Amino acid sequence: MADSGIYLYAVTSEAGEACLRLRGVLDAPVRKISRGDLAAYVSTVPLDQFGEEPLGHLLEDLDWVGEVARAHHRVVEGVAEAGPTAPVRLVTVYSDEEQIRALLARRHDDFLAVLSRVAGRREWGVKAYVDPESASHAGPGGAAERETSVGQRAARPGTAYLQRRKANLRSREDLWRHAVACAERLHAALGEIAVAGRRHRPQDPQLSGRKEWMVLNGAYLVEEERSTEFAAAVAAFREAAAGAGPGTGTGTETGPGPGAGHGAGMGVLGEVMDVAMDVELTGPWAPYSFTAVELETGGREGGAR
Amino acid sequence: MTPDIRRGAALAEEGRLPPERIALVDLLDRLLAGGVVVTGELVLSIADIELVRISLRALIASVRAPDETETEADYEPSWR
Repeated sequence: MADSGIYLYAVTSEAGEACLRLRGVLDAPVRKISRGDLAAYVSTVPLDQFGEEPLGHLLEDLDWVGEVARAHHRVVEGVAEAGPTAPVRLVTVYSDEEQIRALLARRHDDFLAVLSRVAGRREWGVKAYVDPESASHAGPGGAAERETSVGQRAARPGTAYLQRRKANLRSREDLWRHAVACAERLHAALGEIAVAGRRHRPQDPQLSGRKEWMVLNGAYLVEEERSTEFAAAVAAFREAAAGAGPGTGTGTETGPGPGAGHGAGMGVLGEVMDVAMDVELTGPWAPYSFTAVELETGGREGGAR
Repeated sequence: MTPDIRRGAALAEEGRLPPERIALVDLLDRLLAGGVVVTGELVLSIADIELVRISLRALIASVRAPDETETEADYEPSWR
């Protein structure tokens, strides 16, 4: 027992019957532990990797972290296909199955609350990027130019050019402010369709591999029957955003897009466009971002928010 | 579930990433900040913020060009 632990991936209601041919972390077979009307999905992991000390070193190893994260995700996705699922935080390890049964018993009501919150809903991710470079060559329609040269369109080209030059001195700042406001409105608009929304921290450009400003890194919990509507709203925003602001060839074309993209969302979202943004939709995800409650196993009752 | 599956297929057609090619950074956004956190009688939990920081620093370091010698890697966006 001392050399292995039990890695916990997710908790579901016992009713769901997930495919147990799943392989988990380090390719170990995943099994189900039941207690009452709840079930936990687990696999055995060696403590020479999943003990506190070795883990400290292994977390410095990108390949190791990536493999564990993908294995964790694979199991959670597999389990979530079968029914409402509460994913557990990456790398949660117990010493034996009995402890996990005790957790399911002690936190039964909290888990049920989490599961009922996510039932019939999926998580979607929406990220919005703004290219800071677009500020320095703001063409017709650019935020900075629009602000300073309204009514100047008919002016002689030389005058317009000088005005634009002047405007560009502070256009980066303007662009940032407009982009942030725009992202706020997008977040609010998507929140109207979603049951809940949450903003993650913007990704470091070195991790995302994109040099643009990430002005929105949102997660949205959406009723399954509104998935299409949600995706259409994002698509409508993407289209409006691609056309807004400087430059026509911003590289945000994503092909024909969903046919429903010109639906009801367009009217509202079309108005929130100020700045050229690149909008990305990811998902559907298991509801990771909406199950982040803290539950204590030892002692006191009542932990879930 | 059906609309999701159809939606997934539609996304795939648009050239979006299939599950196995999900960007690690998108995955970690969720895995490190989401999911039920259990504390108490367990062997190990990554919920410890120090551990999370370690992994992110490692991630940032590892995606840098090998000859880049910058040492201060921060989770905070560097553009703000």
